[in-house]
Amino acid sequence: MDMVRNIPFFSIMLAMFSGPVCSVLPGKVARVVNAVVITLIMGMSAVLLYSLNVSGESFVFMMGHFPAPWGNEIRAGVLEAGMAMFFCMVMLLSVLGGIKKLFDEVVESKHNLYYVLVGLMLSSLLALVYTNDLFTAYVFVEINTISACGLIMIRENGRTIEAAVRYMVMSLIGSAMILLGICMLYDITGHLLMSNIKESVTAMTAGGSYPEPLLFTIALMSVGLAIKCALFPFHAWLPDAYGYSTVSSAAILSSLVSKGYIFLLIKIIYRVIGFDIYTDSGVIDVLFFFGLAGMIFGSVSAIRENDIRRMIAYSSVAQIGYIFMGIGMGTEFGMVASVFHMLSHASTKSLLFISAIGLTDVSDGSRRFEPLTGSAYRNRIAGLAFAVGSLSMVGVPLFSGFISKLLFAEAAVSLRYRMIAVLVVLGVSTILNAIYFMKTVIRIYTPVENDHYPHVYLKDAPLYSIVLMAFVTLNVLLGVMSDPIVALIRKGLGMFS
Amino acid sequence: MGSNLTVNYAEVIAMILFVTGFANLLLQKNLIKKIIGFNIMDSSIYLFLAVKGYITGRTVPIVVDNVTSVEAYINPIPAGLVLTGIVVSVSVSALMLSLTIRLYRRYQTLNLDEISTRLKKEGM
Repeated sequence: MDMVRNIPFFSIMLAMFSGPVCSVLPGKVARVVNAVVITLIMGMSAVLLYSLNVSGESFVFMMGHFPAPWGNEIRAGVLEAGMAMFFCMVMLLSVLGGIKKLFDEVVESKHNLYYVLVGLMLSSLLALVYTNDLFTAYVFVEINTISACGLIMIRENGRTIEAAVRYMVMSLIGSAMILLGICMLYDITGHLLMSNIKESVTAMTAGGSYPEPLLFTIALMSVGLAIKCALFPFHAWLPDAYGYSTVSSAAILSSLVSKGYIFLLIKIIYRVIGFDIYTDSGVIDVLFFFGLAGMIFGSVSAIRENDIRRMIAYSSVAQIGYIFMGIGMGTEFGMVASVFHMLSHASTKSLLFISAIGLTDVSDGSRRFEPLTGSAYRNRIAGLAFAVGSLSMVGVPLFSGFISKLLFAEAAVSLRYRMIAVLVVLGVSTILNAIYFMKTVIRIYTPVENDHYPHVYLKDAPLYSIVLMAFVTLNVLLGVMSDPIVALIRKGLGMFS
Repeated sequence: MGSNLTVNYAEVIAMILFVTGFANLLLQKNLIKKIIGFNIMDSSIYLFLAVKGYITGRTVPIVVDNVTSVEAYINPIPAGLVLTGIVVSVSVSALMLSLTIRLYRRYQTLNLDEISTRLKKEGM
């Protein structure tokens, strides 16, 4: 058990050092170093998950020689280890799936810099998952923002740079609000470690002191994180950023970046403020309402799109709405459903982006729907993967999306007033999802006469096909073997606070 | 409430600066003014945090003349947090300025709305 306790620390440091090391290596070596590091961290996280599952309790790792409450800490439990392993898996597959496009779209001299950004992004995600200190969380939120901006703009055309500027503007607003909330919380409690803050906050609410500053802090931190995740009214930057960047960046951004922030929000709810105090404040209703609105408006905007990548990006807005609806329900089961949907969405959205690029490549690079007709017959594996991703998004049984919707509906039944709203919006958004996803699947499977575009077979792009098959397997695994995974999530949330 | 506002005048000024920076970051069309707004906003949070560390009648937390009692010094932690925040703010400003340089080289304008219109016309 003792050696296993070092794994969170090793993971974060390994990812962080792989960044600067890759900046001095040539492109090909950097690629190998990056893949090796991610695989290593994935293996270590799997070992950690297994040992924590066996022992059944989380542990706290003291960083430096100062004990709490003066030092810094990282904490690992079943949920954290599971999320770390899953993030590594999705990131490895996303980077490998988009390698060919990286060669086409990014200048040769900048390839190693791309892996610097991926390494920093991974380190920030791991740190957000494992940290037990609020200000460390803020620092890594900023590292996440900066590396996400770099990932968007590494493909240089006018669209990506403008998208990066808009992304930074919205992201910085969110960061400033989070920082202000953290400063106020430090001011009224005097602690920066999450467990100490929670004791202080519980004592404060019991004694009735500082009710307004506490409410303000909760509101600032929640809204700041929601802005950074692109929850409904703050999603204007999302379609440009996901739609025009290189495909690995789009996959990493859409599946992992928002999940890191949502995980931090769940941590703040459970470990900083306390679940009961958070649900008593009105902030959770605001998140719930905007989650519902995002589900509808994201899908409506996706229906109007004529560009396949922007359509998938708008679908992300709707899926983030699902997660916030689950958090906004205010029950334990709602949180379990949200965390499962984080896993399901991460694997499906990456799959959709990577398969979409395969389809556009055999349609002369065009992303509009007209040239994409019949593209599934030209690149069979991409068409199959896109169909699997779409079915999962719509919620067809056998795939992971169905389990998410089932969990959300089950969680809603235990609510009193909000049950009708949740079930109605779930139904409406499923129909809307079906409209634009099924329309696309039908279009790509419509055979076309006089097909003069090139065909791509399995042997022409082996790595790409392997990545897509891995994603499809992951999706089906989540959909079919969901019971042990949901049990793990429940166990992890139980030891989370 | 009025007396609270006058006693905590530094925090009030910090909040007014925060809102000024926020509005500038969001609403200005010129990129350089957006970056200036972002800097004002972040600096106001550091002002807020630094003021929170101050305790009247005590001095900076550097031990001189072997006076090691806690009662003689102000809280040193907010100073550390402000330093971390300044580093973050500088990195982000550098990143945004480099984005501005790239956009200016391509479009010869600093107006974000004009750049968006031109991109729509390019029809990428």
